[in-house]
Amino acid sequence: MALKATVHVMLKDGVLDPQGDAVRHALGTLGFSGVQAVRQGKVIELDLAATDRAAAEAEVRAMCERLLANTVIEKFSVTIA
Amino acid sequence: MKAAVVTFPGSNCDRDLAVAFERAGFDVARVWHKDTDLPAGVDVVGIPGGFSHGDYLRCGAIAARAPVMAAVARHADRGGFVLGICNGFQVLTEAGLLPGALMRNAGLKFICKPVALRVATADSAFTRGYAAGQVVTYPVAHHDGNYQADPETLAALAAEDRIAFTYVENPNGAARDIAGVLSANRRVLGLMPHPERAADPALGPTDGAAMFRALGGILAQA
Repeated sequence: MALKATVHVMLKDGVLDPQGDAVRHALGTLGFSGVQAVRQGKVIELDLAATDRAAAEAEVRAMCERLLANTVIEKFSVTIA
Repeated sequence: MKAAVVTFPGSNCDRDLAVAFERAGFDVARVWHKDTDLPAGVDVVGIPGGFSHGDYLRCGAIAARAPVMAAVARHADRGGFVLGICNGFQVLTEAGLLPGALMRNAGLKFICKPVALRVATADSAFTRGYAAGQVVTYPVAHHDGNYQADPETLAALAAEDRIAFTYVENPNGAARDIAGVLSANRRVLGLMPHPERAADPALGPTDGAAMFRALGGILAQA
């Protein structure tokens, strides 16, 4: 069965996220007062021809290192389903 | 002396950059992003501003993996000069030819205005036409010019005198007010402000012309 990979890309801890902060501020404007922090990231879904989970995960992690994430400022996680 | 200016889908400063090189006496070859080699005898490669590939994924991320960038990396490895302006700076960081990353402006707004820059080092082929500490005015036009790198990288850039330009008034949140940085061999420069847009007296200030003249002067001596 073909596999689906889901990649989450987030800014690394400690990297300022002005967009997340703007979202938090806008939520406060709408009356959602309990939001202490917002971090904004990306979700990337990939349909893979591969059928071997370990090989698929290794390949997607390589894709993250080379293109999908900028590891200077971003971290990523890979889920294979 | 010969310059090559790369065009990606979405580049919009490529012609301005070519004209700035021509006005400084360069022969200019225009190069397409799918080209796998640079023309023979190229001394300097210009990576122009714009919105390559629609800024999809991250600014410069797709362009940095274009076929031509492997040729640009080989050129840089040989000690060739590379000048990346605005989106071109983003492309060079994404390609790993310069350290750090350009993030969304801290104020979240697109900034388009002339800014005062301090020439932080005159020790490069690009900045030798200025005095260290001199203040020049170039336009900026960017949404993602907030230069960031880890503390060790920032300390190394400062210690090695590789910060080329700093903002007099930081418009975008960049670490250490950095507007432009040099590679370790000082032959690759990336900067967010646009010297090529300040190089023609018909269009206003011409502080940027000295960068192209200085580069041409070095190459003419060689």
